[in-house]
Amino acid sequence: MNETASIPLDTLSQTHPYAKEFFLAIGLKDVAGHLTAKQLVSGLTDDFVEDCGLDRTQMLQHFTVFIQKMNDLRNAPQKQIDSLSIIGGRNKNGEKEDIILTLRPGDIVCVVGPTGSGKSRLLADIECLAQKDTPTGRQILVNHSIPDNEKRFSIEHKLVAQLSQNMNFVMDLTVAEFIAMHAESRMISDVEETVQRIIACANDLSGESFDRSTPVTQLSGGQSRALMIADTALLSPLPIVVIDEIENAGIDRKRALDLLVKEDKIVLMSTHDPILALMGDRRIVIKNGGIDAIVETDHQERENLKELQLIDMHMSDLRNRIRSGRRIDFDMKEYFNSTL
Amino acid sequence: MTRLVTIAGPPSSGKTSVLLKAIDHLKTRGLKAGVIKFDCTVTYDDLAYEKNGIPVKIGLSGALCPDHFFISNVEECLEWGEERGVDILIIESAGLCNRCAPHIKDALAICVIDNLSGVNTPKKIGPMLKLADIVVITKGDIVSQAEREIFTFRVKQVNPRAAIVSINGVTGQGAHDLGVLLETASSLDSLTGQRLRFSMPAATCAYCLGQTKIGKEYQRGYVKKMKW
Repeated sequence: MNETASIPLDTLSQTHPYAKEFFLAIGLKDVAGHLTAKQLVSGLTDDFVEDCGLDRTQMLQHFTVFIQKMNDLRNAPQKQIDSLSIIGGRNKNGEKEDIILTLRPGDIVCVVGPTGSGKSRLLADIECLAQKDTPTGRQILVNHSIPDNEKRFSIEHKLVAQLSQNMNFVMDLTVAEFIAMHAESRMISDVEETVQRIIACANDLSGESFDRSTPVTQLSGGQSRALMIADTALLSPLPIVVIDEIENAGIDRKRALDLLVKEDKIVLMSTHDPILALMGDRRIVIKNGGIDAIVETDHQERENLKELQLIDMHMSDLRNRIRSGRRIDFDMKEYFNSTL
Repeated sequence: MTRLVTIAGPPSSGKTSVLLKAIDHLKTRGLKAGVIKFDCTVTYDDLAYEKNGIPVKIGLSGALCPDHFFISNVEECLEWGEERGVDILIIESAGLCNRCAPHIKDALAICVIDNLSGVNTPKKIGPMLKLADIVVITKGDIVSQAEREIFTFRVKQVNPRAAIVSINGVTGQGAHDLGVLLETASSLDSLTGQRLRFSMPAATCAYCLGQTKIGKEYQRGYVKKMKW
C-alpha cells in the first residue's frame, strides 16, 4: 500500500487525476500537491482527524484502495455482454419451468402477467444473477457461463439499470449540472460534449423541449422520462435495462426503445400497453410465480402495431388540440379513419 | 458460537426493513438471527421483528448518547444471543448523529443510507459510514438511475473498501445479496478486549451531567468552542 502513498500528489495526479479528490472528499479544503499522501496525513491536526472519522492509518489505507478502485473504474471498458440466459426454476406450486431463454444485445422482451404473478421476481432474479438460490430456483448465465460468485455481490459488476414510472429526479441541479455530475462519476473525459449530446437526444425523444438550465426537478413527466432514457442509454455503463412501463404522454416511445436498442442494451419491459408490448420481439407470460409461456411477436401482430400506432397518433393529435384550447367537435369515426 | 454484526444508519434510512428482508434469506439457509435494537427514547421496531418470529431485545439510552450506552452493554448483548441459540446476532443502532462510531473491529459492520439523503451526505457521515464493511443504499426505486449511480460513486469515494449493496426495502430486491454477505460474519467468543474501529463522540461536559443553564461559568469538562 505504501507505494502510492509515498509519491507526491502532484506527480501522482499526472497518471491519476482524481488523486487529490480523496482528500477533498474527506473534508480537506486545499491539498498541498508537493506532499506525498503520507506526509500530508501526518501533518493533519488531531482535530481534523477526529472530525473526519478516520485515523491516520485508516486514511492511508482508504487512499490506496481509492486510487486503485478509481483507476479500475476509469479503465473499465463499457460493460458489454454477448448474451444473458434465463434457465427455468419452478413456480409457486413447485412445478418445473421447462425453459431456457437466451437474450442478446438489442433484444426487447416484454414481461406480462397479472399483479402479484411474479413479474418483479423474474426481474429481481436477473438483477441478482440468481444461481438456483432464490425462491424461484432460476439460474442466470452471462455469456453462457456462471458469473463469479465474487462478482455477483459487488456493485461494480451489476448489470441492470432500472427505469420506472415511480422514479423522479430529486437533486437540486440544472439539467446540465446533473448530466455533468453523472459524467464525472463515470470518469468521462469530455464532460461538456456528453452533456450536449444527452440533452439533444432527450429533446429528440420528448414532445416539449427543455434547455440545459432547467432544474431537473421541474421537468414534466414526459421530459423527465426522456432525460432518464437518454442518460441511461448514453451514460450508464449497464448493459441490461429493465423498464416498468413508459407513460404514453410527452415522450416518443418508439424512438426511446430504438435508442436503447441502438446502444446495444438488452431491454426487459414490464408492460400491458399493447403498443409497447408489440414493439417487443417477444413476451414472457408469467403466471403463478413461473414463466408460463413465451409469445413471439408474429407478422400479423407487427401489422396490427402499425394500426395501433396510427390510433396513437390520432390520440396525441387530439391531446395537442385540447392543450392549445381547441374543440373536438368533429366526426370521430371519420377522424380515426383519416391518415392525419 | 454466535456471529456478530453491527448495523447503523441515519433515522428512517431503512435499517429495519433491510434487515427483515435479509433475515428471510438467512432463514432459508437454516440460520437463526437475533436482533438487539438500540434507540434513544422510544421504538416500535421490536414489533416488526416479533411479528416475523425473530428474537428481539430493545435498549433505550434515554438521556445518554446511544453509542456510549450501546458499547457499555455490548458484552451482555452477545451473551443474550448465545443463550438464545442465535447464529447471527445483529445489533442495530440508531445513528442519530453523523459522528456515530458504533463499529467493532472484528464484527461485520454495516451502514445503511438512502438515495434521498442528498449527494453530499456520504461526505458528511463519519466512522459509521467510512469504516463500514458493507454499505447498503436504499430507496433507489424512487430516484433515477443516474442519481443511483452518482450516489454510489460518492459512497465509494469516502469508503472505497466497502462492498456496496443496493436494496429496495419494499420489494426486498437486493436483500438476497446482503443475506449472503451476512453469512460471512465471523464468530466471537467474547467481546471483552475487542476494540472499536474509531473513538466514539466525546460526551464529558457539564451538560452531559444535567446542566441546563447557559453561560461560560456553567461550562465544565470537555468544552469545544467554534472558530470565528
